[in-house]
Amino acid sequence: MVNRVVVGAHYGLRDWLIQRVTAVVMAVYIVSLAGYLLLQTDLDYDVWTALFSSQTVRTFTLLFLLSLFYHAWVGIRDIVMDYVKSAAVRLVIHVLVILALLLYAIWSVQILWGF
Amino acid sequence: MAAIRFTACQKSVMNKQRPIHLALHLIKLPLPGIVSILHRISGLMLFFALPLLLLMLQYSLASIETYTQLMAVLANPLLKLMLLGLLWAFLHHFCAGLRFLAIDMHYVRNLAQARNSSKVVMVVSLMLTVLIGIKLW
Repeated sequence: MVNRVVVGAHYGLRDWLIQRVTAVVMAVYIVSLAGYLLLQTDLDYDVWTALFSSQTVRTFTLLFLLSLFYHAWVGIRDIVMDYVKSAAVRLVIHVLVILALLLYAIWSVQILWGF
Repeated sequence: MAAIRFTACQKSVMNKQRPIHLALHLIKLPLPGIVSILHRISGLMLFFALPLLLLMLQYSLASIETYTQLMAVLANPLLKLMLLGLLWAFLHHFCAGLRFLAIDMHYVRNLAQARNSSKVVMVVSLMLTVLIGIKLW
């Protein structure tokens, strides 16, 4: 008899950790952005675009959005694993969610660097 | 690792068809459970709102024309109400998420703390929704 210790594929711990790391990244970004916006006396198109034309802001906004998409993937995957019993349906939903999130990532780059 | 062996007597007890009495009128999801399921629901809401939010970001930045267009569309009270719902979803997800991080770091140690922190999450996210809602309306 082979004494094999049954363990998982280990992606559970990695995803658990990534979900928390991305959460912290998003929290720091959101609080900083909200703080900056609250300090603006009148927030118009010029102030808004001036903020997002900074390369630093664009970079950290993209970091925020990519963190958001990865975080969303782990969350949606957990929900689907819990409630969708059929493996075939689960696979289809997973593929659709991954494709949607990848498209959002590409779209985010276009939005941030396209104006 | 030794396999667990059950006696015939134990097996007969385990296989017995027991009547299940669920006192549904007495079973209630406790507050930490409500915060937890709302964390899921709000996360799902935010996921479905993603394309809309990205579209709003695009319109707000692309040009002064699209910006003005977006502002005109967002003046619609029905859309404002929808955004208020999303704002709550975000704030609840944010506050409940911070609570989960605190739990991961063992800051919540007993049942009383679990219940109190759940109350704080519910109250703070609702109050912030009202406050920011008033400011944005």
